[in-house]
Amino acid sequence: MISIRNIVKEYAGHRALSGVSMEIEKGKVFGLLGPNGAGKTSLIRIINQITAPDSGEVLFNGEKLNQHHIAQIGYLPEERGLYKKMEIGEQIVYLAQLKGLSQAEAKLRARKWFKKLEIESWWKKKIEELSKGMQQKAQFVATVIHEPELIILDEPFTGFDPVNAEIIKNEILELNRNGATIIFSTHRMESVEELCDSITLLNLSHKILDGKVKEIRNQFRTGTYIIEYEGQGVQVSSDAPFTALSETIADDHTQLKLRIKEGRKVNDLLHYMLPLSNISKFEEVIPTMNEIFIQAVSKQR
Amino acid sequence: MNKILLIIKREYLTRVMKKSFLMVTFLVPVLFIGMMSLVVYLAVNQGGLGDVKKVQVVDESGWFANKLQSSKTIQYSFATDYAATKKTFVKNGYDYLLYVPVTMNKIQLFGESTPSVINSGKIEDELTRVARSRRLSEAHIDSAVLANAQTALTVEPKQIGENGETDANVMAKYGIGLVCAFLIYISLFLYGAQVMRGVIEEKVSRIIEVMISSVKPFQLMLGKIIGVGMVGLTQFVLWIVLTAVLSTAAGSAVGSKMAAMQQVQTAQQVPGVKTAMTANADKMEHNKVAAVIHSFESLPIAQIVLCFLFYFTFGYLLYSALFAAVGSAVDNETETQQFMLPVTMPLIFTIILSQSVIVNNPDSALSVWLSMIPFTSPIAMMIRIPFGVPPLQIAASMVLMVLGFLFTTWVAARIYRVGILMYGKKASYKELAKWFMYKE
Repeated sequence: MISIRNIVKEYAGHRALSGVSMEIEKGKVFGLLGPNGAGKTSLIRIINQITAPDSGEVLFNGEKLNQHHIAQIGYLPEERGLYKKMEIGEQIVYLAQLKGLSQAEAKLRARKWFKKLEIESWWKKKIEELSKGMQQKAQFVATVIHEPELIILDEPFTGFDPVNAEIIKNEILELNRNGATIIFSTHRMESVEELCDSITLLNLSHKILDGKVKEIRNQFRTGTYIIEYEGQGVQVSSDAPFTALSETIADDHTQLKLRIKEGRKVNDLLHYMLPLSNISKFEEVIPTMNEIFIQAVSKQR
Repeated sequence: MNKILLIIKREYLTRVMKKSFLMVTFLVPVLFIGMMSLVVYLAVNQGGLGDVKKVQVVDESGWFANKLQSSKTIQYSFATDYAATKKTFVKNGYDYLLYVPVTMNKIQLFGESTPSVINSGKIEDELTRVARSRRLSEAHIDSAVLANAQTALTVEPKQIGENGETDANVMAKYGIGLVCAFLIYISLFLYGAQVMRGVIEEKVSRIIEVMISSVKPFQLMLGKIIGVGMVGLTQFVLWIVLTAVLSTAAGSAVGSKMAAMQQVQTAQQVPGVKTAMTANADKMEHNKVAAVIHSFESLPIAQIVLCFLFYFTFGYLLYSALFAAVGSAVDNETETQQFMLPVTMPLIFTIILSQSVIVNNPDSALSVWLSMIPFTSPIAMMIRIPFGVPPLQIAASMVLMVLGFLFTTWVAARIYRVGILMYGKKASYKELAKWFMYKE
């Protein structure tokens, strides 16, 4: 869907993107991650043709990015807002028209969306009379009303209470099921694991990690496991196939966090433990995206 | 193109539909006419406000007793005892005491408050009139002969051009040129500032990024400028229409009042020197007015109107582009000050010069240059046009104006496209230069 090739972007003495490349697959949810100032917004602005790269190119469905693609992109910026003095319905219709819809079509779809998000009765209200959450909903409608192939959401859940965040999340997933590709920029990792198929991690203008969420997590496996058994204090001898990392004892249970030694297998571990204890729980510790994020970023520093 | 139209439509409608727009559009002519009517009414009808000054006169010279004529605003009455009157005139309800000693070399006007310049002037005039009339009759000069002798001649300025002679009354040219220049000056500020405020509003409300993911910054800027410009035109047309309608109505009301007043005044006047002189002055006044009206007819009205429209349009476009750039560079209106000065300087400079240098010497080198430079020409040229400007100069000025507009819009757009996305950074001129240099 989107191929980003070797993008370089510099602002007066400050490098925002240095040679960033990535592929965004059609119909997937793509996470664009990175700490503040990593270059996420710069990249998004380039895809939106708000700015142009100093070098490198962006392909949209194999075609060099141009003005015709604007109607196929929906963008919810992090810094968002609407004309305060304008009626909300009128405003959504206006924004939809700027994306190329006819007035009649824009009105029809806006009504439909307002009904769906249960903000119908607010149609004639001015933006300044609405609550923040209500404004965000309206803004979301403005982003997706022209049924874009590509939806770019920059921190879409800020400003929503948990209930409305859930509503919006479900809408995003539904749009994705109906074929829209979604680029999702955030530094809130829990939503990444939930939503994204694949991610790219930017830091200090460089791409430092990318791939499918599952694969990345596998890649960051360290052979760490948690084993829980009844009773207390199994003495771990030095020829054990693992090294104990930590041990917590609660009531009649012990939880042991351990790392398998190089070249040994999970089965060796179980063989060793079985005669010594009554195992009640055994699982692998796979790092969360949050841990991966912190690890990758701090490694680069 | 279609997008620009949408933007123009929104910018236009949201402004025109505002209550404040309707208020200003309707109130300005009402206030204007109201004020003018009031001024006229007061001028004609001073006595009507009950502001009559009563003057007690003690005349020891014997020249003025019972000869000073009371007017609508000043009433004279006469007494003989200076010392006594001086003590009691305030108590007796008089405003002033006029004391004329025997020698007439030290006439004094006493009052509880300092007599106003106008009132003491009026009293002086009346004293002079009486004294002169007495001296004339002492010299055996017939006042009618004197009135006849006071001839006022007028010079009729004519301009010789290719089409023969044309009337060249300077008054009308002064007037029309200055009025046009002022209208342009005021509207550049008025609507330029509206463009700037619109840009700041988009930045402050953070809608700007949503907008420019749909349209190019240049389209947004141009749409706003044209939309606001059309608001300005609408307002002007409405003002002209409303003022015309209202002034006709007010004019007929005030006019009838004035006619009535004049009849009363004439009836009050006593035949003699004064009447003859007034009549003569009236005639002169009438001649002047007729001459002005006549010379308005001889002005190149079509040329003036066309030039006005041209310079109004392009001057507005040029300046509002600059105002838009200023708006894009700041986060709120209070920060605009530092950038406003250089933008408004040429305008203020020209409007000050136009009232002195340009209007008095429309063909001087300075005037010609000012009417060529695009930043000053909308005002300077409008002053010069009524006096006749060689077609070549007009053409050159217009070409330069269009080029200047294209150039400033290009510069402004380059600053604008970067500025609208900048938050929190306090912009300096160095910063603006950097923005200008940015590639796409």
